[in-house]
Amino acid sequence: MTRQRLTGWGRTSATWADVHSPATEEAVLEALATGPVIARGLGRSYGDPAQLSGGVVLANESLGGISAISDDGIVTVGAGVSIDDLVTLSIPQGWFVPVTPGTRQVSFGGAIAADVHGKNHHVDGSIGDHVLSMRICTPRGVFETSPTVYPDLFWATIGGMGLTGVVTSITLRLLRIETDQVFVDTTRFSNLESVMTAMLAGDDDYRYSVAWVDCMTKGANMGRAILTRGDHATRAELPEATLRAPTGAKLTIPFDAPSGLLNPFTIRVFNEGWFRIAPSHREHEAQPLGTFFHPLDGLNSWNRLYGRRGFVQYQFAVSDAHADVVVQAIQRLSSSGVPSFLAVLKRFGAANNGPLSFPVSGWTLALDLPVGPGALPSLLDDLDEMVLAAEGRVYLAKDSRLRPEALRAMYPRLDEFIAVKNTYDPDHHLTSDLARRLNIGVH
Amino acid sequence: MENAFGQPQRIIVLGGSSEIARSVTRKLASARTHTVVLAGRNPELLEAAAAEAQEYGATSTPIVTLDAENPASAAATVDEAFAAADGTVDLVIVAVGQLGNQFDDEKDPEAALRMMSVNFTWPVVALTALRNRLVAQGSGRILVISSVGAVRVRRSAYLYGGAKAGLDRLADGLADSLEGTGVTLQILRPGAVRTRMTAGLKEVPFTTGPNEVADYVIAGLATSNRVIWSPPILQWVYLVLRHLPKAVWRAIMDRA
Repeated sequence: MTRQRLTGWGRTSATWADVHSPATEEAVLEALATGPVIARGLGRSYGDPAQLSGGVVLANESLGGISAISDDGIVTVGAGVSIDDLVTLSIPQGWFVPVTPGTRQVSFGGAIAADVHGKNHHVDGSIGDHVLSMRICTPRGVFETSPTVYPDLFWATIGGMGLTGVVTSITLRLLRIETDQVFVDTTRFSNLESVMTAMLAGDDDYRYSVAWVDCMTKGANMGRAILTRGDHATRAELPEATLRAPTGAKLTIPFDAPSGLLNPFTIRVFNEGWFRIAPSHREHEAQPLGTFFHPLDGLNSWNRLYGRRGFVQYQFAVSDAHADVVVQAIQRLSSSGVPSFLAVLKRFGAANNGPLSFPVSGWTLALDLPVGPGALPSLLDDLDEMVLAAEGRVYLAKDSRLRPEALRAMYPRLDEFIAVKNTYDPDHHLTSDLARRLNIGVH
Repeated sequence: MENAFGQPQRIIVLGGSSEIARSVTRKLASARTHTVVLAGRNPELLEAAAAEAQEYGATSTPIVTLDAENPASAAATVDEAFAAADGTVDLVIVAVGQLGNQFDDEKDPEAALRMMSVNFTWPVVALTALRNRLVAQGSGRILVISSVGAVRVRRSAYLYGGAKAGLDRLADGLADSLEGTGVTLQILRPGAVRTRMTAGLKEVPFTTGPNEVADYVIAGLATSNRVIWSPPILQWVYLVLRHLPKAVWRAIMDRA
């Protein structure tokens, strides 16, 4: 056990906690018997859900193990196994994860806690939709859960930010692939309205779809975007294709960049270059899985580019009826002069049964914002109001600054979640800096 | 918990009726601060500070009484304040202090003792208790209200300035001791401020209102600077003043 400084991927709000790496369920249960305690995976949440000031943080790195993959693609993994670990093993056997976020460097425990989504949410839902069963350690013991056995605990844990217990193993169904390539169609759009129209009309024809939006342009080019959509290439389409796992990162950012490196000027230059490099329209380009799904995994510790002050992410979701909030948010951002990197725009399919699961049918927009500009805190408070007025919500895996009152309004099933948490954790042993900040089941 | 922008949710103010602390609290409460524990001597002034904090958005404003002339009670006051905070404390403002009346106090050994108790000994005992609390908590900030008068002690307020000098230097060492604990300490060195404490005194150059001090504090809390100067130019003014020959220093201070 060592006292360690912990932050999220955004490297803000550091706190210190005693970090253990339990290797067995007995060791997890022992830590849960007293508390305060929270589990931590690879630290890819942007804010404070996997840290606990002055408490005990259970790193899940020693909860490993990958079972043999059954003929119908069912596999059991330890919670500390990462998507990278699994796909390294499964791609050569012709299996891919059913859902992956923009990085392979997430543990399955963390992926469950955040109920991660990927470019295929509009078709396949989030990771929770593909889980067959999970073992969860709670202060009341170990539970083998599934959508039908202890369904309350199962669903509260999906997207529950680790507050219902410590997941130790997960059984999920993988996706059959014939090659390690994706056929990608890329289209450039000169403004937000045109890309949104194209996504509404055509996303259902693709398993994967995402748009990168430039939030620094104003006027007629406001929200210019690059839309990439794709499907797995079959053996018939690409006979020479292989089944090779993606390779690791080639470059590492060795130290903290100066905090002002990513400023309105440099970001504008970057966005301009990135927009010009993209083809105006290109169809059926074969890309390796890693290039298509995890472009940032090519650069280790890229969060250091934001400097010592760190950065925040802001991701919200609104229904189709409130698509105007996406437009207004980008308008607010581009007119504020607050620098923001390429934003990610995506369509969501139907929500699942997790009371704190983030995705809801409609649109989602994710923004990367360096900490520093004095106007940023109140700008994001204003975006909260817009999202609230549209009955939308922000994503807790990205959040590091929401108000507790806003959370309650954004997640109408919060009380249901807290009731389940209280059943399995009656003495409030499970908590986190995020739970304390947002007053989720504290006391 | 403090958020990504360093905005605290739960704070303790030791010296809760201090006008500098009150103006800082107003700004914090209008952002994210929901709990303000106010510890001080005068219940009426504390009630007024509590009502004001609520007006600006705080929802919980418990009051704790303290006796700064009795340093032995400081640790118990800190315990009481943490109990009242009822959760992770993000920021503690140490604002206990008394300007006194130099020309009467300097002839009175008891007054000298009182000035040291209120401005130095009580805060030091409290800081020691705070340090233990916050280090165990794994996070938190301390803001110690010092004075530019601590940089070079002047004849016309040597009891106050001397006590603040001791506190300021001690806090600097304490801040170093906090490296690697998750707790940070910053020292506020305000110049003359128009407050109850200075009412009736002649206004000196670089005097500010408490509201301006609060702006510099909010900006300073967002940095990792050990010392927050208010106004910031005083850092350079005092760089010169502190090295002036004694006769020149006295001549300037007599005029100011």
